[in-house]
Amino acid sequence: MIAVIDYKAGNLTSVVKALKFLGAQDVVVTQAPEDVLRADKIVLPGVGHFQATQLLEDLKLTAAVREAVAKGTPFLGICVGLQWLYEGSTEAPETNGLGHFAGMCEHFPATFDNNDLKSPHVGWNSLEDVRPDSRLLRGVAPGEFVYFTHSWRAPISDDTAAATMYGGAFTAAVERGNVMGVQFHPEKSAETGMKVLKNFLEL
Amino acid sequence: MLTKRIIACLDVRGGRVVKGIQFVDIVDAGDPAELAHRHARGGADEIVLLDITATHEGRGTLLETVKRTAAQLFVPFTVGGGIRSAEDAAAVFDAGADKVSINSSAIARPELIGEIGGSFGAQAVIVAIDARRGNADPHTAEVYVSGGRKPTGRRVVEWAREAEERGAGEILLTSMDADGTRNGFDCELTRAVSEAVQIPVIASGGAGSAAHFAEVFKAGKADAALAASIFHFGVTDSRVLKAEVAAAGVAMRLPC
Repeated sequence: MIAVIDYKAGNLTSVVKALKFLGAQDVVVTQAPEDVLRADKIVLPGVGHFQATQLLEDLKLTAAVREAVAKGTPFLGICVGLQWLYEGSTEAPETNGLGHFAGMCEHFPATFDNNDLKSPHVGWNSLEDVRPDSRLLRGVAPGEFVYFTHSWRAPISDDTAAATMYGGAFTAAVERGNVMGVQFHPEKSAETGMKVLKNFLEL
Repeated sequence: MLTKRIIACLDVRGGRVVKGIQFVDIVDAGDPAELAHRHARGGADEIVLLDITATHEGRGTLLETVKRTAAQLFVPFTVGGGIRSAEDAAAVFDAGADKVSINSSAIARPELIGEIGGSFGAQAVIVAIDARRGNADPHTAEVYVSGGRKPTGRRVVEWAREAEERGAGEILLTSMDADGTRNGFDCELTRAVSEAVQIPVIASGGAGSAAHFAEVFKAGKADAALAASIFHFGVTDSRVLKAEVAAAGVAMRLPC
């Protein structure tokens, strides 16, 4: 069973639809810690404000995710779901992230290289420095395009599985063991996105 | 590198894609789901479906069409036409849209922008603006509603700024002066709006060639451009169009 965590942050239809299209039989959209604990895989989607992740703590989902990933359940965070894996975000400083990865998510700078930088960062951008040992990005070549829409971003670290350039480099995909995240929307990223979701389903 | 987006737009009436040639002689151009997939496979970066019936009776048909179109579409998918409330938007999202485009209803009640954005995120709300300026300064361009029939007395640049403040994720800017001419986008107007807001601006109206797209991306500072009739006239498909725009020096996503 794949548990797709619903924390009332945006639209889950597309993610669920993509997982089912790729052959996932048993997809459960849930807010119940029990479902997270018994799931074979966990997906945390989310578009919207980092503040929304406070609900994960309130519903005791944070503890359930911590326990599930500790016993090895594969976890995929998408967009805000990736950002939540870090210590937190300047978007909602009073809300803690899971802290699985070190660092804070920060807003894109207003200028870069003496040019104004628009945010949100919306559209198709390329994946660079794809880590060859990434299981999530297996078969994805550097330079392949994926679809982003976000104003906050995660820093580059040793756990970065792919970087994207916009106002400097940020983490487009992160992976350590069974815990993974993508800043882009694989469910909206055509063939490349489907490859990523398929890799996750096949873990 | 962030690429500029080419967005394929399908005008839908009664569950079928229609095309108008110079706004008359509306003819059937096919099934929305089939055409959306063809565009996505051909390299369109996004699909927009505009319901041009937008009547009460047409809503059920539209939701069915959205559901069918979204079923196997894995690129961003926007639906517009007749969305007057957060409930209307929720129904369209539930049917599989990623974004909604609102126009007259946002002018009538600007709070609607924040209401939809509050539940679904700013990235899900596109405010569409129909603009007319004749030969006047682009900063004086006026907003029109009701399919371009009614002037509002509001200036386009100011309305775009307000829409951004109220939480719009993108602006879809249609030049009524350029629309249907196939003489190129209104680059001056697009640039005026693009420089006034931080959010992406999608240019629409006037596309007749790949060179027009390159112009609106460079001179017009557009983040994306809408292509509708250019495909119907058999001029090109996205793949050909994007290759030509890329050759003109604009960053494009060129699928293999």
